[in-house]
Amino acid sequence: MTTSDTLEALAKAGIPAPEKPLLTVEKLTRVYGKRIGCADVSFDLWPGEVLAIVGESGSGKTTLLNCISSRLTPTCGTVHYRMRDGASADIYKMSEAERRYLMRTDWGFVHQNPIDGLRMTVSAGANVGERLMAVGNRHYGNIRGAAIEWLARVEIEEDRVDDQPRTFSGGMRQRLQIARNLVTEPRLVFMDEPTGGLDVSVQARLLDLLRGLVSDLGLAVIVVTHDLAVARLLSDRMIVMKEGRVIEAGLTDRVLDDPRAPYTQLLVSSILQV
Amino acid sequence: MTAQATDAPQQALASYNFAYLDEQTKRMIRRAILKGIAIPGYQVPFASREMPMPYGWGTGGVQVTAAIIGPDDVLKVIDQGADDTTNAVSIRAFFAKTAGVATTTATPDATIIQTRHRIPETPLKAGQVLVYQVPIPEPLRFLEPRETETRKMHALEEYGLMHVKLYEDIARNGRIATTYAYPVKVEGRYVMDPSPTPKFDNPKMHQSEALQLFGAGREKRIYAIPPHTDVVSLDFEDHPFEIQHFEEPCALCGAEQVYLDEVVLDDKGGRMFVCSDTHHCESRRAEGHRGALLGDEPVFGTTPVGDKEPAI
Repeated sequence: MTTSDTLEALAKAGIPAPEKPLLTVEKLTRVYGKRIGCADVSFDLWPGEVLAIVGESGSGKTTLLNCISSRLTPTCGTVHYRMRDGASADIYKMSEAERRYLMRTDWGFVHQNPIDGLRMTVSAGANVGERLMAVGNRHYGNIRGAAIEWLARVEIEEDRVDDQPRTFSGGMRQRLQIARNLVTEPRLVFMDEPTGGLDVSVQARLLDLLRGLVSDLGLAVIVVTHDLAVARLLSDRMIVMKEGRVIEAGLTDRVLDDPRAPYTQLLVSSILQV
Repeated sequence: MTAQATDAPQQALASYNFAYLDEQTKRMIRRAILKGIAIPGYQVPFASREMPMPYGWGTGGVQVTAAIIGPDDVLKVIDQGADDTTNAVSIRAFFAKTAGVATTTATPDATIIQTRHRIPETPLKAGQVLVYQVPIPEPLRFLEPRETETRKMHALEEYGLMHVKLYEDIARNGRIATTYAYPVKVEGRYVMDPSPTPKFDNPKMHQSEALQLFGAGREKRIYAIPPHTDVVSLDFEDHPFEIQHFEEPCALCGAEQVYLDEVVLDDKGGRMFVCSDTHHCESRRAEGHRGALLGDEPVFGTTPVGDKEPAI
């Protein structure tokens, strides 16, 4: 679909094209009775690439994200993920144990509301360390060290490591959630409206931080957003959804500067100019 | 330990079946126990019955005991180590009445020991059964409230969360501050709540000669540790598991390396530490061991601490 666009972009940036995509989504469909959640969505995601899924409320963005991230079983279609050993695996053919292991090691999921992604009654350090303990790390000093290091990377002071996230501001909670997801060095992170509900100055800092982390760690990201500015800042490529279907896809700059589908044109022209 | 439906020792209680429960119920409980033994540490659901006592008083333990007890068994019941507290006395009387079995307070003489939150100090031997009364069998309950999720976590062996709790302990208190219901891993597979026994007793569960059965009546779960099973307390490499240590020996029998209860003596801060296991304490005193505060005749502060002169 847009593979050629991506390769073009990579070639432009002087990066040699990887041989195979990290994630391949084919004809993914989820219906709720007679209603369509998302229908017939196909795309490839390459290592280190940031893909934005945009569209208005109810367009099926979150359904699609949940289907890809194995949080919601699709009605039909397949999702293949290239494991660290290079083999491609159908995530819905894995055992539940393998899928959950993948979710807490090689993948991350940043929720719109940090309360959904954090344990509010345990300290920030334990929140970051949970994934390490889940994969068998049993050395308190090392876990705590890694937690402090990650808190620093997301600009949370070291002396907050033993505080519970309920004492944190919205922006700090979101940054903590990001640290919690990145501590196992995942290769693919899903984000659902990561800047929703934050005021603009905090949004700007968070986006700045995310951009830095994504480029430093070479993360592949699928970010769902209704905010085209977020898509512009973060993503290399975007797909526009309407009524559960993809109506336009391409490089972010191309879609935003030269929207082709009438709906995308409407969407782009609806951005408030200050 | 086979119970006969017709073996009713008391004519006066003819309307009760042997050991109170009907035979079908006992068979159902025995099936749960056998499954529990086959999968050490796994919580087996069972159809817990109403018992003539309130939940929280040992309905689970009583049902397990009723299912395994036979006319030849000798029963001991302890409550926090003591044979003479309400709960222990009542349950012992209950089985003396409904099953007509012999009861004892001596740990070595008992074939079945029902316990509320202690393991006797005297090492258990092969052939003995220790029945625990369990209030909350799910070790993950306070970390993950959804039972659907905790069962999945057990099934998939996802126990990272258990260490999150221990991490929090260290972060807040500088050490693992959990002192009772300390989580254990059984035979390298299931994480299990050893019921609210002090963690002092955790090492006694490891490679025990006796069969250990756990019954939770309100929560409708039975689980088991067969003899010679590995039971390992969870910990961190740099914060290893430790049991409680007491500064002074038992004030009555002078025992060391046992679990002690603190008894407040007056309102001026006076206190004494005595064995929680009453049988252990009594048998030591009968052997002539004396603690600092043991006085069966007027003693005017002349007995030095740890003196082992014969009593009387």
